[in-house]
Amino acid sequence: MGKQDSLIRGRAAIVGAYDIVSPTGKLDATERELEVRVIRAALDDAGLKLGDVDGLLCTGMMMPSMDLAEHLGIYPRFTDTTMTGGSSYEVLLEHAAMAISCGLCEVAVIVYAATPQAKGSGRKYAAMMQAMIEPGNPPPMAEWELPYGLLSPSGAYALAASRHMHVYGTTPEQLAQIAVSTRKWACMNKNARHQTPITVEDVLASPYIAEPLHRLDCCLVTDGAGAIVVTSAERAKDTRRSPVYVLGAATHHDHAMMISQMPDLTRTAGAVSGPRAFEMAGITPRDVDVFEGYDSFTITLLLHLEDLGFCPKGEGGRFVEGNRLGPGGELPTNTNGGGLSYTHPGMYGMFLLVEAVRQLRGECGDRQVPEAEIAIAHGCGGILSSTATIVLGTGGAL
Amino acid sequence: MSGRLSFGMSRAGALFWDATKEKRLILQRCNDCDHAVFYPRDFCPRCFGEALSWNNADGSGSIYALSVMHKPGNPLMAPRLPYVVAIVELSEGVRLLSAIVGDGQTTAKIDDKVQISWEALGDGRNLPVFEVVKSTAS
Repeated sequence: MGKQDSLIRGRAAIVGAYDIVSPTGKLDATERELEVRVIRAALDDAGLKLGDVDGLLCTGMMMPSMDLAEHLGIYPRFTDTTMTGGSSYEVLLEHAAMAISCGLCEVAVIVYAATPQAKGSGRKYAAMMQAMIEPGNPPPMAEWELPYGLLSPSGAYALAASRHMHVYGTTPEQLAQIAVSTRKWACMNKNARHQTPITVEDVLASPYIAEPLHRLDCCLVTDGAGAIVVTSAERAKDTRRSPVYVLGAATHHDHAMMISQMPDLTRTAGAVSGPRAFEMAGITPRDVDVFEGYDSFTITLLLHLEDLGFCPKGEGGRFVEGNRLGPGGELPTNTNGGGLSYTHPGMYGMFLLVEAVRQLRGECGDRQVPEAEIAIAHGCGGILSSTATIVLGTGGAL
Repeated sequence: MSGRLSFGMSRAGALFWDATKEKRLILQRCNDCDHAVFYPRDFCPRCFGEALSWNNADGSGSIYALSVMHKPGNPLMAPRLPYVVAIVELSEGVRLLSAIVGDGQTTAKIDDKVQISWEALGDGRNLPVFEVVKSTAS
């Protein structure tokens, strides 16, 4: 489907965006409190009221959008809790844009909050793992992978990195360069968890977690929350800020939490979702001014660069050399400092969207990419399992 | 050597685990489309056919991807650190996650030929793991 016949392209716009993170990595609030705070702030940003909201999208365990709507005292006519891990918020934006363009709702709020630093979150995870290993019809992962002690999720990404290095000659130094460039952006963001520059040597000298990945190849674990408000292109004209239009959106997944089931460890689902989203938007990788790409690990970002066509398959290592992704580089990438240095509460996709919106509105101060008109938010969930690519643009890009 | 995380058996996997008691590796193949199936299922994930047969596998393969763990995947694995987890591609065409054990584990690399080995699980079953085949070429 090309840009002319897309039912989504340009029909919906992000009109409110807000996130809360702290340089300490910790937030002194419950997840529910944070959800309410970021929804309030994102609606204020848009100049809309809670009563305007008729679509609610979030993730969680059981009926999460119903719990949240009940708490907020709203009665949505569109609801979605699709859970694809870290890419969920790009998927939810795809669904919100679709719902709005079909007239199912007019003002949708997408929200995320997580406090992994809070007491008890480790216990919750342990309980989840325990539930998986109960005897009697265990889930496939418990039966076929967990006994081998693959560290989750780092080990799975390490396996992908090992394969990429073997097939394409990618080096640890090249992976480290991604962390170094991303940190440079974080140094320009006063909310980032880490704001001290690092070198390739620092990354390589940090302890191995799962070879070939070092600690500084891995994302943070921090508290964080974010929300965006989406409405129709028509209604967006009357809101407070310049609308950021959804120009393209596509989702794909090719396995779940078993890395042995991934068809090719050097090629992610982004090789499908990326080109489809670009086609819908009517753009090529060369048109992209800002790339916000999920960086759970350095290898994750490298695979996105190849799969989305910023460079040919196998050349990601050479592509990232020379600070091409950093400030002043050819492809400004993860301009808030990314999951590697800004924040990563577990499902980072929300923060890709918030930063893309801020860049397209020109609100980023020191780290602003000049004249940014087209930004990509590319989410990735599970263990390189699901991807969702969103192409966002200013009014000038319509 | 510490134990492994305990885990149950799925209905589809019961025959697989029974065979490991005799240190036999068996794999499913689809009678309709000849697809080699792993992990065990009650249908073929390529053609959706329901007729699958179990066959002995020869236990040989090669390393597709590998990683040395420097943090344990679960607390039971801590005494084994560092240890090697790999995706092994079997000669029958399926890939599975496993461990590389034995003398060659520290120098194991992708594409190395491997042969199955067995680690007792303490309940009569054996866990399939792999050892690097020493090169006999000059």
